[in-house]
Formats: sequence, structure tokens, C-alpha cells
Amino acid sequence: MRRAILAAVFFVALLAAWQVMVMTGQWSPVLLPSPVEVGGYLWGSLWDGTLIAAIVVTLRRLLLGYAIGLAIGLPLGLLSSGSEFIEDTIGMLALGLQTLPSVCWVPLALLWFGQTEGAMLFVVVMGTAWSVMIATDTGARTIPPVFARAARTMGSEGFHKWTRVILPASLPFLITGMKQGWAFAWRSLMAAEIYVTVLTGFGLGHLLHYGRELNAMDQVIGVMLVIVAIGLLADKALFGPWERFLHRRWGLGTRTR
Amino acid sequence: MLDSMHRDAAPCPKLVVEGVSKWFRTPRAVTHALDGVTLHVNDGEFVCLVGPSGCGKSTLLDIIAGLTWPDQGYVTADGCPVEGPERHRLVMFQDSALFPWLTAFGNVMFGLKLVPELTRAQRREIALRYLDMVGLANFARANVHELSGGMKQRVAFARALAPDPHVLLMDEPLSALDALTREALYWDIQRIQQERRKTIVLVTHNVREAVCLGDRVVLLSPHPGRIREEFRIDLPRPRDVNSMELARHASRITTALKGYTVPEAVE
Repeated sequence: MRRAILAAVFFVALLAAWQVMVMTGQWSPVLLPSPVEVGGYLWGSLWDGTLIAAIVVTLRRLLLGYAIGLAIGLPLGLLSSGSEFIEDTIGMLALGLQTLPSVCWVPLALLWFGQTEGAMLFVVVMGTAWSVMIATDTGARTIPPVFARAARTMGSEGFHKWTRVILPASLPFLITGMKQGWAFAWRSLMAAEIYVTVLTGFGLGHLLHYGRELNAMDQVIGVMLVIVAIGLLADKALFGPWERFLHRRWGLGTRTR
Repeated sequence: MLDSMHRDAAPCPKLVVEGVSKWFRTPRAVTHALDGVTLHVNDGEFVCLVGPSGCGKSTLLDIIAGLTWPDQGYVTADGCPVEGPERHRLVMFQDSALFPWLTAFGNVMFGLKLVPELTRAQRREIALRYLDMVGLANFARANVHELSGGMKQRVAFARALAPDPHVLLMDEPLSALDALTREALYWDIQRIQQERRKTIVLVTHNVREAVCLGDRVVLLSPHPGRIREEFRIDLPRPRDVNSMELARHASRITTALKGYTVPEAVE
């Protein structure tokens, strides 16, 4: 409780400082609107439905792209940790593609899919799958071999060994990989939405883009805040339970003072 | 199954290691790890393999477990050749190898779930009984990281005993523990062995531990690993690791061990 209050005080102070800076004319309101203005935009767009609609469109793309990315990355990562051939081929490819900023996929996606949902998804999947694959691969490799040995002497082989031993043993790394994948997916989607105008749905990135076109800085800042808030919420809601589980079982992430 | 019943008429060793040799090949060198090792272990017998590090005793245990293959010779368990790991020959490792994603209870249940004949209720009952036997009934729901080193090995012991294996292989299970915890576990292992009568092969470099626990102590010498001598220990049980009688036996074996190895290599 005390921590929550301290955090709340910090954020209120931050907003107040911002407001004061704008009101005293230190910062031009054209370049940085005051928190009150941004709040006004958010409030208005919340009630006229544009913000909610954009959030729905964006989240739908994000979750779909992320799910596909995971579905590709997780099995490939497990496979490449167990097979030298896949490690040397697809693993090498993944390592290279992972370093490619996902915006770089946008021109190709536009050419292949046109201004469609497919282009959006493609960019998100390309941004997610490789980093998930690499994190999973690293995770599966770092498992102490004694786990697999112990499991085998207890009669665990093949599918059972993979699902009941290798997979849970690599859970800490999987979570890290999935979290990283999530961050990559979020970034990729925003890049795609800012660059690609799609007629099938108007996402947060588009809202941001048009805010800039219209010189509506309150809209730009407001949408940015929404993007940050969604990222934060998703982190807590999606990964919070897993991280608490890891903390409880493995004793990982214990803060030492 | 039928095979082993058939054999009951003419008693034969539970475990036969016959002329086992093993070489490890690395790009830089070939190491001769085991050389013509022959060992017979009877049903319900507790055999301790003693030797300095590098004498191949852990490799021998791995071969018996089916985790590694011998280059020469063979191993049979209950008359059947060992072709891979199997739940009738469970291994207890030096670092407990407990699964951190499961509770203490979950770890004991892991092996039990791989025994198809049992019902769910039986498995639960057996797991709790063995946790109780190692004195950890109150820690069934504990997470692995919350247990001390000694408690972890107790859970590992319960996990290894619960599926009722024919043979229990222990690879220096107590080496990483402090002296007091280790002594407490000597009592527990002896007590449980009196009740359960398992066939056990324990690897250690601690001669006193071997004399305290084993019905028979087998000496190995390194480079390459060979069986040098065997000592039958007829001391009454339970044995106190600190007793004079036991110390006398241990010093006799230590002297023999030193005869086969360079002194620095002996702990």
C-alpha cells in the first residue's frame, strides 16, 4: 500500500510539473500541449468512440500476430535446440532476421499483401517469431542435463520428456522469450500502422499518424500515452501471473536489499 | 515379468556387470575409463563403490542405469540385458536433480505417474507415505528452492524409492552435504533400507560412508578404472559412522585404497 501511494505521488508530481512548465510558457503548447489538453482529447475521443475502436483494431492485430509468432517461434526454438541441422540453417537465419528492425519488412509486406490486414500481420509475425525462437532455443539449451537424465531413469522418454521436463524446465527462458516477443510485436505493429494505411481498420498507429498530419499534438501525445498504458497493462496482465509463478516455484527474481 | 518369476527357482544376482570396459574419445585424447569391470550384486544387497575421483565409478553407475553404453562387456538386471534407462533402476544424483517447477510432493509424484498400474489415489497415498518416511510430511507443498540441501536429498530419496524400483543407484548422493546432515541421513538410509530391502549401488569417495552403509565395499582404482578388492562388512545394523569398530574397518580399506593410488588422489 505504501509503495502504491509513493508511486501515485510520483506520477501526480510528474503531471503537475509538466502542467506548470507549459502554463509558465517554458514549453510552447504547440510543441507540447499541457496534460489538461491531452486529457481533454482522451476524454473526448473516448466518448465519440474513435479511441476504443482504434484500440480494438490494434489489439486484435497484435494478439493474432503475436499468437502466430509464438506458434512459429516456440516449436522452432525447441527443434533447433535439439537438432544441429536446424540450428545451423533456420537458427542462423533467425539470428540474422532478428537483428533486422521490423520496419524493414514494411516495403516487402506492402508489395506482397497490398494495403491489407495480411501486410500488418506479416510485419508483426516477422518481428516476433525470430526473437521467440532464439530465446526458446537458448532456454532449452541451458537446462541442466541432470534434469533430463533423472527423468529418463524414471521412465520418461520422448513426448513425455519434452512436455513434462524440457518445456517446464525452460519456462523461465520461455517467459523471457515471450516477453521479448511481445515487446517486438508491439513495436512492429506500431511501425506498420504508422507507415501503412489500411482500409479494413483504423488502429492506434493510424490515429497517431493522422494526429501528426493534422498538427494535433494533443492527439499525438494522447495516443502515445494509450500505447504506453496498453504495453504496461499487457505486461502485468499477461506475464504477471507467470512471473509470480516463477518467483514462487523457482525463487527467481527475489529482490535482495 | 514371467521371465523373472521363472528365474526365482534358481537364484541369480539381481545385477550383473560382466567385463565392462569403456573408453572416452575426445578429439585430443582417448581416456580409458573402465577396464574389465565385473560385479555381481544380489537382491537386497547394499554395495558401495569406493574410489578416488577419476576412477570411473560414476561412469560405471551410468552404464548400470543405461544412460551410457559400455564398449565391451554387458550389464543385466534381473537377467535381462540393460538397453537403456528404465524405471526399475532409478538413479539418485549428487545434486538432488529435483525439478524446480514442481513441489516436493510433485517431484515424488513424477516417478509414480510413470507407473501405469497405480490409480491416482494410490499414487497420492504412496507419495505422502514416502515423504513421511524421510521425515518431510510437513513439507509436501514446499517449493524446491525453499528446502535445504539435506531436505532436497531426502525428497530425492523419497522420489527414488516411491516407484518401488528393483535397483537404486546412488551417485555420491551425500557428498555435497555438511557432516551433521550427512550423519542424520546415514541413520535414515539404514532405517529405510532395513524396512524396504532394496538392491542399492552407491558410489562414494568417502570410505567411512561406504562402511557405514554397505553390506559390501568394492574398491576401484583409477586410470583405467578397475575393481581391486572387495570387503564384506558384517557389522551389526544400524551402524554408527563414528564408532571405533567402524573406524577400524574404514582405516583398513583406506590403507588398501592408498596402495592402489597416488596418495594425493585419496581424500
